[in-house]
Amino acid sequence: MIALPPPKAHVLAERESIVAALRTVLPDDGVITEPLRLKAYETDALPAYRAVPLAVVLPETTEQVAEIMKICRTFGVRVVPRGAGTSLSGGALPLPDAVVLGLMRLNRILEVNYADRYALVQAGVTNLAITQHVQKHGFFYAPDPSSQLACMIGGNVNMNSGGAHCLKYGVTTNNLLGLKIVTVDGEIVEIGGPHSDAAGYDWLGLLTGSEGQLAVVTEVMVRILPSAEGARAMLAAFRSNEIAGACVADIIASGIIPVALEFMDKPAIHACEAFAHAGYPLDAEALLIIEVEGSRAEQDAQLARISAICARHDPISLKVAQTEEESAAIWKGRKGAFGAVGRISPDYLCMDGVIPTGRLPEVLGRIRAMSEEYGLQVANIFHAGDGNLHPLILFDANDPAEQSKAERFGAEILKLCVEVGGCLTGEHGVGVEKRDLMPVQFTETELEQQRRIKTAFDPDWLLNPHKVFPLREQQEAKRAA
Amino acid sequence: MSLAVPASEEELAALLRAAYEAGEPLLVEGNGTKRTMLRPVQAARTLSTRGLSGIRLYAPQELVISAEAGTPFAEIEAKVAEKGQQIIAEPPDLSFLLGSDGPQTLGGVVATNLSGPRRVTAGAMRDHVLGLRAVNGMGEIFHSGGRVLKNVTGLDLCKLLTGSHGTLGVISEVTLKVLPAAERWGTLLLPKLASEQAVAALAEGLGSPYGVSAAAWLPKEAAAHVPALAWLESSAALLRIENFADSVVYRLGKLRERLAAFGHAELLDDAASRAAWRAIRDALPLAARPEEAVWRVSVRPSAGPRVLRLASAAGARGFLDWGGGLIWLAGPATPELHAAITSAVKATGGHWLLMRAPDALRVSVDVIPPEPPTLARLTSAVKSVFDPKGILNPGRMFAGV
Repeated sequence: MIALPPPKAHVLAERESIVAALRTVLPDDGVITEPLRLKAYETDALPAYRAVPLAVVLPETTEQVAEIMKICRTFGVRVVPRGAGTSLSGGALPLPDAVVLGLMRLNRILEVNYADRYALVQAGVTNLAITQHVQKHGFFYAPDPSSQLACMIGGNVNMNSGGAHCLKYGVTTNNLLGLKIVTVDGEIVEIGGPHSDAAGYDWLGLLTGSEGQLAVVTEVMVRILPSAEGARAMLAAFRSNEIAGACVADIIASGIIPVALEFMDKPAIHACEAFAHAGYPLDAEALLIIEVEGSRAEQDAQLARISAICARHDPISLKVAQTEEESAAIWKGRKGAFGAVGRISPDYLCMDGVIPTGRLPEVLGRIRAMSEEYGLQVANIFHAGDGNLHPLILFDANDPAEQSKAERFGAEILKLCVEVGGCLTGEHGVGVEKRDLMPVQFTETELEQQRRIKTAFDPDWLLNPHKVFPLREQQEAKRAA
Repeated sequence: MSLAVPASEEELAALLRAAYEAGEPLLVEGNGTKRTMLRPVQAARTLSTRGLSGIRLYAPQELVISAEAGTPFAEIEAKVAEKGQQIIAEPPDLSFLLGSDGPQTLGGVVATNLSGPRRVTAGAMRDHVLGLRAVNGMGEIFHSGGRVLKNVTGLDLCKLLTGSHGTLGVISEVTLKVLPAAERWGTLLLPKLASEQAVAALAEGLGSPYGVSAAAWLPKEAAAHVPALAWLESSAALLRIENFADSVVYRLGKLRERLAAFGHAELLDDAASRAAWRAIRDALPLAARPEEAVWRVSVRPSAGPRVLRLASAAGARGFLDWGGGLIWLAGPATPELHAAITSAVKATGGHWLLMRAPDALRVSVDVIPPEPPTLARLTSAVKSVFDPKGILNPGRMFAGV
């Protein structure tokens, strides 16, 4: 179990005054203090960790966020920003002495400009709502995390979310133009804008993926892209992970970048097929879902090239969708994968390591060996083109021993990712989940430098102080400072 | 002026530790090809990364290349071209424009975050720096990111160091994402459009599903400086397609239909396209004379024509790239012209960067826009995190930072 910083006694003692001050800047229903309603905010999509916060505030404007930050700064209260609470790494986990700053009421699309190709939205707008808003004009917002129906753009910015299509379109950081942020002092600052390049330090790049450590994001200007004429998917099933991995490398080396290139191993295929009846071949050891874009003739040409490459790798089956319905059927299993695994196991941990794609067969082999050693099943689903693995470790959370075993297994997988030249997290963020593994990837000097950047933005460590950076060193850093 | 050329990252770190102890300011550069950009650095000693050279890793099937910072950039472009790949941001070679000799280095391209025509659709240099190693102003070696395509572990210092002009750390090694180069280029050329109409046409193309990869507008006198367009004798709105050969033909046809309202269109074949876009990339249509100043301005694309018009009225010449969002300007190196350009840019909310000017102008004006107070405070604070004694390129971006 991961340690949390001890609550500040003076904050707990001053709870009444803090709440009273917050009520002066927010409407009545914007401050939540009743224990039963607070409980709804105790966790996110990493439910193994929970903490009921001191209070929850639900501002409706950037100015209210600024007032909240000033009050919290005055009282020395810790602040945990929260969007939809879909973080898989505990990014929205509160603390008992913290105020949860919920941004879901900042939910308006403020401006769309098709000539300059951007949309300006508030932090609590959902990822999918942006695309839904602009698609009738032939545009879309590219990053598409699996939780896109629920997750909010402010959270996407803070976690630098990815999705299935980032091989072609990049992740969140590649699709942003500007931010409006509130600093820990309650100052409102605009970063970037509809112009492409800003001089000066790249604040936009630094803030994106900073996991709520540096400032609170209230508005986001995203790049919107014109949709392709059409897209189509194909399925390729192989006799081994090694063969499928080699096929992925060949496709990329051939000069084709599919918009999506997804990989599932045998346990994942079985779970998804049982759930979605997508027609996945159950005798396959590995399955690729490959999607291309363009006109009908261009799709045909690219799918023919890819099929020819797959055919050289002795596939069990190849199936090219002929219609949009057939494409949707191919995707149905993959998109429902987490739900499907949820049906075959009471609980699962979703890991998020990244490896150089050339090490794929070796890493999958070692994960399989670990699975046997720990006696826990694992299903692998991942974005093969960019090496972003999502091993799902199946366990039963009602058995505390099994839960801790699953966490140890997960940590070992992530260490393996770093060992082969990859990293701890590709799109879910460090959060609390991987916080204590940071020294696997960074030296103490490197962590210290990053902590000093946080201190430059947040001198008293009020913003999400229990995440990203290992706690012990964090306290030492404070003592030294 | 003494010159230090460390031969390894360890030597670089030792040198910076000594400079930190002594509080000795350093002019940090690769081969100094972009020394004319921004403000001049006051330092008795120059630290060059040119001794750190060589490609460390190239994995075409993983779309990554790593090399030491002093590696000539052309060597990296040639290496990936061998496998049919390319550097995504298409960074310019400004040696002609900036009057520099010697090859620009990988570290220099990253530290200045310079991107070419493809930036409008495929992102800037900063978007493709997957990892880097660097030494800060205390002589501490650090890395950020890695050699994989996705990585959100810890703060993104790759972004922070890219475009920091050597003021936060001396980059020692960079890993870039690369992509397959298209089989064929083609360009739709709309002649005789005024800038407003032209930018509307570029926006229409960039908003179409046909994968326009670059979009520029050259006034008549700028087009005349591009040999591939010498026959034209008119302004030129250019939209580029890069794809498989069949797709280039198909997409140019669709684009021509879509932009029919903008008048007759010409097509540039693969060779003419490559020649024209290379000239645009390197700002050759400016035909900047040695005594002139050069500005690089970034605005919202639809504001490009107005800013260009205001700058021209004040005595500058220029052309538009990035669908109107990038304005290259050249003109007399006077405070008056600089003020006219910056006030036109300020009115749109964009940014400017003084690329080249005599030192007298560079030290007396804002070479990039001053930051609002909160960001200026953060700039100083973050600079202190990396370089507490202010020894790395002091005053390069802002006076006193």
